[in-house]
Amino acid sequence: MSEIKDGLATLAADVESALTRRRTRSAAAISWFREAALLPVLVVLVVVGALLNSHFLTVSNLTGIGQQVSALGVVVVGESLILLIGGMDLSLEATYGLAPMVAAWLLVPVAAFGDGVLLNPYLGILILLAVGVAVGAVNGLLIVKARLNGFIVTLGMTILLAGIQDGIVKGQSPFNLPSAFSYLGAANIGAIPVSLIVAALIFIGAGLFLRYHRAGRAIYAIGGNREAARAAGIKVDRVRMGVYVAGSVLAAVGGLMETGRVGSVASTQGYGEGIIFSVFAAAVIGGVSLQGGKGNMVGAASGVVLLGLVQNILDLENAPNYWIDAIDGIVILFALVLARLIGGEKSAE
Amino acid sequence: MSDPYVPSALASVPPMASAEGIHKRFGSTYALRGVGLSLYPGRCLGLVGRNGAGKSTLVSILSGITAPDEGEVLFDGQPAPSLGEIAAWRGRIATVFQHSMVVPGLTVAENVFLGRQPPRRGVPKSLGVVDWRRMREQARKIMADWGFVVSADAPCASLTVEQRQVVEITRALAAGTRCLLLDEPTAALERGAVLRLFERIRQLREAGVAIMYISHHLEEVFEICTDVAVLRDGELVLTAPMTELTKDGLVTAMVGEKKKDHHPERAVVPAPAPGLAPPASRGLSRPGAADLVVTSVTMASTGVRLSGVSLTVRGGERVGLTGLRGSGATTLARIVAGAAALDAGEVRFGGRVLTVGDRAAALRAGIGYIPEDRQADGFVPLLGAAENMAMTITDRIARAGFVSPKRRELRAAPLARRLSLVSAGLGQPVRELSGGNQQKVTVARALASDPALIVAITPTRGVDVASKELLLAELDRITSETGASLLLASDELDDLAICDRVLVLVRGEIFTEFTEPPFDREALIAATEGLGDTS
Repeated sequence: MSEIKDGLATLAADVESALTRRRTRSAAAISWFREAALLPVLVVLVVVGALLNSHFLTVSNLTGIGQQVSALGVVVVGESLILLIGGMDLSLEATYGLAPMVAAWLLVPVAAFGDGVLLNPYLGILILLAVGVAVGAVNGLLIVKARLNGFIVTLGMTILLAGIQDGIVKGQSPFNLPSAFSYLGAANIGAIPVSLIVAALIFIGAGLFLRYHRAGRAIYAIGGNREAARAAGIKVDRVRMGVYVAGSVLAAVGGLMETGRVGSVASTQGYGEGIIFSVFAAAVIGGVSLQGGKGNMVGAASGVVLLGLVQNILDLENAPNYWIDAIDGIVILFALVLARLIGGEKSAE
Repeated sequence: MSDPYVPSALASVPPMASAEGIHKRFGSTYALRGVGLSLYPGRCLGLVGRNGAGKSTLVSILSGITAPDEGEVLFDGQPAPSLGEIAAWRGRIATVFQHSMVVPGLTVAENVFLGRQPPRRGVPKSLGVVDWRRMREQARKIMADWGFVVSADAPCASLTVEQRQVVEITRALAAGTRCLLLDEPTAALERGAVLRLFERIRQLREAGVAIMYISHHLEEVFEICTDVAVLRDGELVLTAPMTELTKDGLVTAMVGEKKKDHHPERAVVPAPAPGLAPPASRGLSRPGAADLVVTSVTMASTGVRLSGVSLTVRGGERVGLTGLRGSGATTLARIVAGAAALDAGEVRFGGRVLTVGDRAAALRAGIGYIPEDRQADGFVPLLGAAENMAMTITDRIARAGFVSPKRRELRAAPLARRLSLVSAGLGQPVRELSGGNQQKVTVARALASDPALIVAITPTRGVDVASKELLLAELDRITSETGASLLLASDELDDLAICDRVLVLVRGEIFTEFTEPPFDREALIAATEGLGDTS
C-alpha cells in the first residue's frame, strides 16, 4: 500500500516536472511574444504611412518623428521605472515643464522674459537637473517615508509645480536660449537629431540597467512582491526613493529636449499640454504593468514609436485640426485593447 | 520560565538558534511572556498553539522582522544581528511564510538569489552587474544537490504552490542558512505534495539543518517533527520530544483543559436560537421540494476539469465533497453556489434550473455560500462585522432602499452570539478581527439569508481547534434545526465528519461514495488518491 503511494507520488512529481517544463517553454515563448507584440503593429503603421503619403518614408520625415518623440520617450523611461516599482508619478509632466523653465528664466535677458541673471548655460543645465532631483526627492520622501498615497502626492505636486512654472515668468515664454542650452533638442549629427541619439542611449542604458544591474533586478522584485523583496534583504525604501528621483531627472531631461526643439519654454510646456496622458499611454501600450513588476524598455520604446507614427501620419494627412485629439484618443484606446489582448494586462477593477 | 528544553541526545550539541526570555507586548496585551526555545541541527521542532497563542509573533521575532521587548535571539551562541540588517539575518535563519514570498515575474534562479545575485567576474563588484549565467548555474546546482525538480529558468508565475515553496527553501539554502522556519507550509498543498514536502524535510534534517515547523494539523506534527513546543496565551507551556506525547496530551496542552469529544451529537437538537428562521415548511419530510439536482456538469475550459458529474442532495441532507487539489471538488461546489461557470450540464434547485455563474440568482433561490478564500471573497475588510454579515440580506432589511445600521445589527447580533464572535462591537472592521473570527463573519453572512442549502468550501481552514469545532457544530446544528441541506467541499476530514455521506472526486469524476458515517480516515485518503474500491 505505502509502496504504491510512494510510487504514485514519484510519478506525480515526474508528471508535474514535465508539465512545468512545457509550461516554462510556452511561458518563455509568450513573454518573447509580448515583448515583440507591437512590432507587427509598427510595421503595419509604416506600410500604411508609406501608402498614404510619399513623403512618409523620407529620411527627413523619419528623423523628424524621432526628434518629436525623443522628449516624450525620455519621460516614458522615467515613468516606466516608477511604474515598475509599483508606483505612479503624475508630476513628471510638470517637472518636464518647470525644470527647463527655471533654467531658461535664469539664462535669458529680461527682454526675452528672463529675470536677467544671465547665468552660464552649462550652469543652467545643472540647475535643470537639480530641479529634477529636488522634485523627485520631495515626492519620494512623501510617498516612501511619510507613506502618503503616490497618486494624490504627485497630483498635488503637479499643480504646485505648474503654478510655479507660470508664476515665475507671469505666463510668458522665455526665448532666445543660448545654443549650448538648446543643443540637445535642436542639433543634428549628420542627418540624425542629437535628441534621438540621446533618447535611444537612455532607452538602451535603462534596459541594460534593468536587466543586468542588481538595483535593476531589485526594481522588478519590489514591484512584483514588495514583502518578498524586503525579506530578501533588498533596501526597498532606498531603491524606491532612487527611482522617484531618477524618474524626475529623466523628466527634466525630456523637458530640456523639448525646449531645445521648440526654441523657447512655453508656460504650458508639460502640464498645460497634458503630456502625462501620452506618457502613460505609451508605457501601458508597451506592456508596462500599472500594477508594477512587469514590463521592459523594448516594450516602452515601441509604445513611444507607435504614438509618434500615428501622430505623424495624422499630421501628414492633414487630419482636421479640431478632431486631432479625438482621433488620438481613439488610437490610444484601440492600442490599449490590443495590448490587453496580447499582453494580458488586466485592470485593477 | 524554565530553561529551554534540550533534547537529551543532543545535550552536548550547541543550538543553532535560540530565543531566550522573549517578552513582547502589543499595547496592553501580552503576545509573548518569557518564551525560550532552541533549534538544534538535525531536529525538527513543531510549534503548535491555538490562534492568538503567539506563534506568529514568535516567528516574526525569530525571523528578525519584529524586535522583542525583552530577551534576545542567539545564533550559534552569538547575539543576532540588529533588526535592520535583513541580509545578515537571512544568512542565519530563513522563514517560509504562509503567503508566498516569491516574486512572480522573475525566474526561479532570480528568486533563489533575490537581493544577492552573483556579481559578474571581471567587473568591479561595486558596479553591481549581475552574472545571469552564473546565477542560473548555481541555482540549478543547488537544486540538483538537493534533488529538487524545478527548472531554474521558469518564471515563478507559472509554478505551482508546491514548487514556489521549493524555490523559497532553495533560496534559504543558497544563502547558507541551515536554520529554517516553515510557517503552515502545508496549508495550500494537496496530500501528494505534503508527502513530498515531508520527504524534503527529512532530507534537510539528515543533512543537519535545524527546522521549526508551525502547523494547525497535529497529525502532521506527529508525522514529521522530532520535538514539539506548545504556546498558550503567549507562554511556552510544554516542550518535549514527540515520542513522549500523545495527540490527546498535545491538545490538552494547547487548550489548557481536558477537551471533550467533539463529534456532534445528531440526536440531541438544542432549542432553536433566536434570530434564525424557525424550521421552514420545507424539510426532510418532503423529498423533492428542496432537492439539489446536478446533472452531467462538464467543465473543460479552465484549469480544473469536470466530466459529466451528477449528484443529488435531498432536502435536509448533508453531503461532503472531497478530493485532491484539481480534482474538481471545490469547483463543483462553486458551480452549485453560482460562483463559477460550466460548459455543459445543469444545476436544478427546488425544481428550478439555476442560471449558471450567477451568484445573485443562486442567493435568491436560497443557496448560502461560504467561499474558499475568505480574504478574497469572504468579507469586505474595511466594513464592520454587522454590515458584512447582513450583506446577503440588504434587500430584506432595507426600507425604500435605505438600510438602517440598527436593523442591520438587530439581524447580525443573534448570529454573532451564536458563533461566539469575538469583536469590539459589531461595527468593528472585519480586517481587525483574528482569522478565526473573520471566518465566523463569513459563515454568518451565509447563514443570515436563512438558506435552504448551504454550500461551504473548506469552512475551517486556518482556524484554531476550538473555533473549528464551534463552526462545525454550528453548521451541524443549523442544518438540523432549519432542515437546510449542506454541500461541503473540504479536504479536511474533520469537516466531513458532520456529513451524512461523502463523495470523493478524482480527476473531475466522482470516484466513489462513502455512505456510512463515521468515515474511515485511511479509506478516504486512499480514495482521494484514486486508490481502493470503486464499487
